[in-house]
Amino acid sequence: MQKLELDALRYNREAAEKVRRIIWKLAGRLGGRTVKLMNFCGTHEWTTVHFGLRSLMPPNVKLVAGPGCPVCVTPSHYIEESIRLAMDGVKVYSFGDAFKLPALRRVKGARNLEEAKALGGSVEVVYSFLDAVKKARADDGEGVFLGIGFETTTPSYSIPLRSRQIPDNLFFLSVLRLTPPAADFAIKAALDRGLTPVQGIIAPGHVSTIIGAKPWKELAEKYGIPAVVSGFEPLDLLVSIAMLLKMIVEGRNTVEIEYKRLVTWEGNIYVQRVNSEVFQVEDAAWRGLGFIPESGLELKGEYRRYDAAREFGIEPLTREKWRYDLPAACKCADITLGLAEPTDCPMFKKACTPERPIGPCMVSLEGTCAVWARFGGGGLAEEIAREVGV
Amino acid sequence: MVKARFLTLAHGAGGVETGEILEELVLSKFPPELKKALEGYGTDVLDDGATLKIGGLHVVLSIDAYTVNPPFFPGGNIGVLAASGSINDVLMMGGRPVAMMDSIVAQEGFPVDKLDVIMESFAKVLRENGVALIGGDLKVLPKDDLSGVVITTVGVGLARKVIVDRDLRPGDKIVVSGPLGEHGATILALQYGVDLGETQLRSDVRPLTDLMLPLLEKYGDHIHAARDPTRGGLAMTLNDWARESGTVIVVEEDRIPLREPVVSYAEMLGIEPLALASEGVAVLGVAADVAEEIVGEMRRLGYSEASVIGEARRSEKYSGYVLYKSSVGGVRILEPPRGELVPRIC
Repeated sequence: MQKLELDALRYNREAAEKVRRIIWKLAGRLGGRTVKLMNFCGTHEWTTVHFGLRSLMPPNVKLVAGPGCPVCVTPSHYIEESIRLAMDGVKVYSFGDAFKLPALRRVKGARNLEEAKALGGSVEVVYSFLDAVKKARADDGEGVFLGIGFETTTPSYSIPLRSRQIPDNLFFLSVLRLTPPAADFAIKAALDRGLTPVQGIIAPGHVSTIIGAKPWKELAEKYGIPAVVSGFEPLDLLVSIAMLLKMIVEGRNTVEIEYKRLVTWEGNIYVQRVNSEVFQVEDAAWRGLGFIPESGLELKGEYRRYDAAREFGIEPLTREKWRYDLPAACKCADITLGLAEPTDCPMFKKACTPERPIGPCMVSLEGTCAVWARFGGGGLAEEIAREVGV
Repeated sequence: MVKARFLTLAHGAGGVETGEILEELVLSKFPPELKKALEGYGTDVLDDGATLKIGGLHVVLSIDAYTVNPPFFPGGNIGVLAASGSINDVLMMGGRPVAMMDSIVAQEGFPVDKLDVIMESFAKVLRENGVALIGGDLKVLPKDDLSGVVITTVGVGLARKVIVDRDLRPGDKIVVSGPLGEHGATILALQYGVDLGETQLRSDVRPLTDLMLPLLEKYGDHIHAARDPTRGGLAMTLNDWARESGTVIVVEEDRIPLREPVVSYAEMLGIEPLALASEGVAVLGVAADVAEEIVGEMRRLGYSEASVIGEARRSEKYSGYVLYKSSVGGVRILEPPRGELVPRIC
């Protein structure tokens, strides 16, 4: 992030005010309709909350968080299996936020990898896959890397795997998930339940640097709604919102790129090629949501020799075996689909807090509940602003 | 069966959990009359330090244990931190620091020359600020019981008028003396193994005597609240103030001095930069009519990025909240920090 970029796209009240006025003007041309615009990225939700963008919107423009947190949607099954491996002495390498991700049931006394470690299990927090590779090289025993992520994280796995620099004692447990199929699922869920449909897609900039803007076209055409691939500074999002409203007003259901400084129509062809050499697309389970067709990545061909599931006999999760895997009162599934807000959950910031998370959306810093709880999301700020005259 | 509970790192992180566990384990065991002494302030106000009134003067006392890991960091070391921290706590109560006591607990095998460097840094801060060392203690623990070194210091000062943060009033302006979060970002980066050469991060640790003594002298009656935003950062300080004073505090993002590497680094980790510690910054709540004058004075004293960042407002329904107006004009709540900081994945 460069200082110039920050000055232009963040510390720029004047430009923001101009775009805000354009948004209000366009909202007035919606013919009394309320429109719902959905983002699919934890960082977009962070920007929305951190900069109070909802408080700048006209009453008939709703900004909604969709599935944008890879840790939150990791099925309980894989956490349970990781705990089992750790308790059996296989070193489990995990990212910090997956370390605290609770499984639905305790395995050998532990509810998450953090507890497994406290009970003597073999768990190590790492900051990247390469970090795990380095640590595994220095270690005699067998290890498993818990491979969580969306398209953005995938190359940090596929490139080292393809380079054949992985030591023989390290295996990869793939819980990689794909964003466009989840976006499709979320948009359809609102339609199926007869709720206000999503009328515009704020497509994730980081993911799209890899996959390009192209995949969002299918979605836009299928549901007859526009999409804009957006950057992450507050002005990026405000401009993207204005672009979407303009497309809605004009009835153009296409894809446009706001994040032109990094995203192209085709994406990163090299990374796409490496990804498809190492991984294949499969139907995959999402936590609390169930199976979504062609939404996950599994190791393929010769790379299966790194597959932790094969090496350690981890049973694959199938449609038949999958069971609803969220705690009883947790609204994470609806929050992930943009059908509920964190403040709709009776546990939010009461029983379920960032320090004692119950649901997965409160665990990861990408999760909508965690973003709202840590950065002050929800409508309260607007009420206070009204009372004290800000 | 009662489930066993254990202390977590979050209990010591200086955020919400620290307050809760202190209330439960310590403060609740003392009746109100044993929370203060000699007409002073004590654990009844939970400020930077405590006071005792002796012969018309207020004796200010502060205590803190310094445990930073690593003990040496760009911009200073644990010795500078231990000396500056207690000096600053005394200053923020309105006191002029005069003396200090220290208690050193070190690990068996800790290199003597390293401890010498630390203690020379510690002594230098005291010498330069005319603060006497009037007592102390040294203990060495077996390797398994401790890693590194812990220095506890007691700062002693004298005040004509004591500053307690609950005296912040609606209309008061919030002033900061310089860029925030520098120390916290530096230490966190070191703990996560980030190469600081690239990030230009550097701890801001320093005693604030050269800033606060002239300000107290000149504007003492107009400074209603003062704090050095260490653990929990500005976010914790302002939330404490709003709660203690029964106001809503409004701050504006584009007036809060933050350097680009701190912002970038905090965002990379997904944490609130305003929750990161400063060790050389003063936050003041001052009467509105002298706020700009005080900022001017701070700048003349060499604190060139001093700035008014917001104000306290009266609220019937929402007192205790901190409202954050963003650089693009949106509003959100500035939450008190919770939990420990964990890096996110992307």
